[in-house]
Amino acid sequence: MIETKQITKRYQNKTVLNAIDLEVPEKQITAFIGANGAGKSTLLGIVSRLLKKEGGEVLIDDMDINEWKSKALSKKLAILKQNNQMTARLTVEDLVSFGRFPYSQGRLTKDDHEKVDEALAYMGLEPLRKNYLDALSGGQQQRAYIAMIIAQDTDYVLLDEPLNNLDMKNAVQMMKTLRRLVDDFGKTIILVLHDINFASCYADYMVGLKNGEIVAQGSTEEIMTSDKLKDIYDMHLDITEINQCKYCLYFK
Amino acid sequence: MPRKSTIQMSALGAFAILSCLLFMFYKIGGSWSFALEERGIKLAAIGLTAVAIGVSTLIFQTLTQNRILTPSVMGLDSLYMLFQTLLVFFIGSNNPLMANKNINFIATLILMIAFSFMLYHLLFRRERVSIYFLLLLGIVFGTLFQNGSSFMQMLIDPNEFLIVQGKMFASFNSVNGTVLGVASIVLILSLVYLAFWFKYLDVLRLGKDQAINLGVPYFKLARHLLIIVSIMISVATALVGPVTFLGLLVVNVTYQLFDTYRHKVLIPGSILLSIIALVFGQWMVERIFTFNTTLSVIINFIGGAYFIYLLIKESRG
Repeated sequence: MIETKQITKRYQNKTVLNAIDLEVPEKQITAFIGANGAGKSTLLGIVSRLLKKEGGEVLIDDMDINEWKSKALSKKLAILKQNNQMTARLTVEDLVSFGRFPYSQGRLTKDDHEKVDEALAYMGLEPLRKNYLDALSGGQQQRAYIAMIIAQDTDYVLLDEPLNNLDMKNAVQMMKTLRRLVDDFGKTIILVLHDINFASCYADYMVGLKNGEIVAQGSTEEIMTSDKLKDIYDMHLDITEINQCKYCLYFK
Repeated sequence: MPRKSTIQMSALGAFAILSCLLFMFYKIGGSWSFALEERGIKLAAIGLTAVAIGVSTLIFQTLTQNRILTPSVMGLDSLYMLFQTLLVFFIGSNNPLMANKNINFIATLILMIAFSFMLYHLLFRRERVSIYFLLLLGIVFGTLFQNGSSFMQMLIDPNEFLIVQGKMFASFNSVNGTVLGVASIVLILSLVYLAFWFKYLDVLRLGKDQAINLGVPYFKLARHLLIIVSIMISVATALVGPVTFLGLLVVNVTYQLFDTYRHKVLIPGSILLSIIALVFGQWMVERIFTFNTTLSVIINFIGGAYFIYLLIKESRG
């Protein structure tokens, strides 16, 4: 289980996260939502140990994140950020193989190769496995990174804005894949999402942040109401329901 | 290792051996034993420098995720020049610290390594330091040292200045057996030290965040790699003078030749290329230009020409 206690983060004198207490439900998709600068990505960064915090603690399976050994934690929790700056020229297969690094430390066993093949197949990347990443489209690259995370085979998967730069079709595919990871493999996924409607359709649990504090959290059903969303976004949003899924229309 | 890389590596190895043979036996006359001993020591110094520069530039670029940086931005070359200038300025060129090559080498080596340790010790007391912050500090220190040496070089006696000037250019002519022994031991120790961290180098190519995600103890690793780079640069510089210019060229040619991210290919590749560049460069300095030019001029000229060729080729392709 992922749990945070009184997490505080400051940049110089500006407090970006203030005493965040959170328990992330197991084997569900949890979406962090909120306006720009609310602290969503920062919170995800701290939970995944990429960012340092000024106070509080993050507990992964009841153990403080700082107590975990790097190697052990990398078999437990995976993080994928949006902008993956990379200077190396890799093929899709190379990248996905890196997902096995926590287990093999670079020397892939037969078991590792099987996991890599499975991950490639799962993301439909077999035809592209020998292609270089820099020759792929944004959507294909994103799929390759997700395949790497799948090969890493962790209980917790943290994704920072996984839908950025994806078109409608790719975005829907991505969310369906994530949904299957939870339903079929029992993963726990935490996402930062900008599109509230994607969150509404695919997430089980929502955490609304505003100015570095959690202003609302609960099941998707509970959060998708005009009142709660007004607390999070400071604007009035009408909710409509189509095919048992709630959408909010905010375009006008 | 893929088959193509194996062939390329063998070709490079053969070429390196050929150039070494050329260096050793070209126009050898008179006393063979004298000539071979003299040339052998030079060749060993070249080999040592090649390993130090090739390996350190490669891991430095992997760590900084940048293909155009060399470890010279850490300011160690400038520290070297400052130290040599200070010695001449305050105690003169006749003092054993300056005149005796062994003593000068050991003192320089200790000073450079001590400086790096001090810098990192001060900085890394705060647990997470950005690599770029470190580089910035290196540049600031480097500039300060450089200006300090220029200032003193203006003031000293012109004859003394010539001695300092001799130290400004990389040269394999002043190496002797004792110095070489010490340098090899230090270099071998740093390579053994590197072996402990070797498995993480490939993952580091994915960038800091991905490396952390995959269980690399990033901040610890960065600290140790920087220390290894500093020691290697210190050894090479104390041995033959400022040579980091070589690294940028050699490592980029290595990337070009071996289209891979695997360090078990890149590291031997960059070592072999360094050897070829240095042996040929030195051979040209001695035999064609009869010591009328310096090694860095030749290597920079050939390297520059090669880069322009690459640019033209890429823009047409």
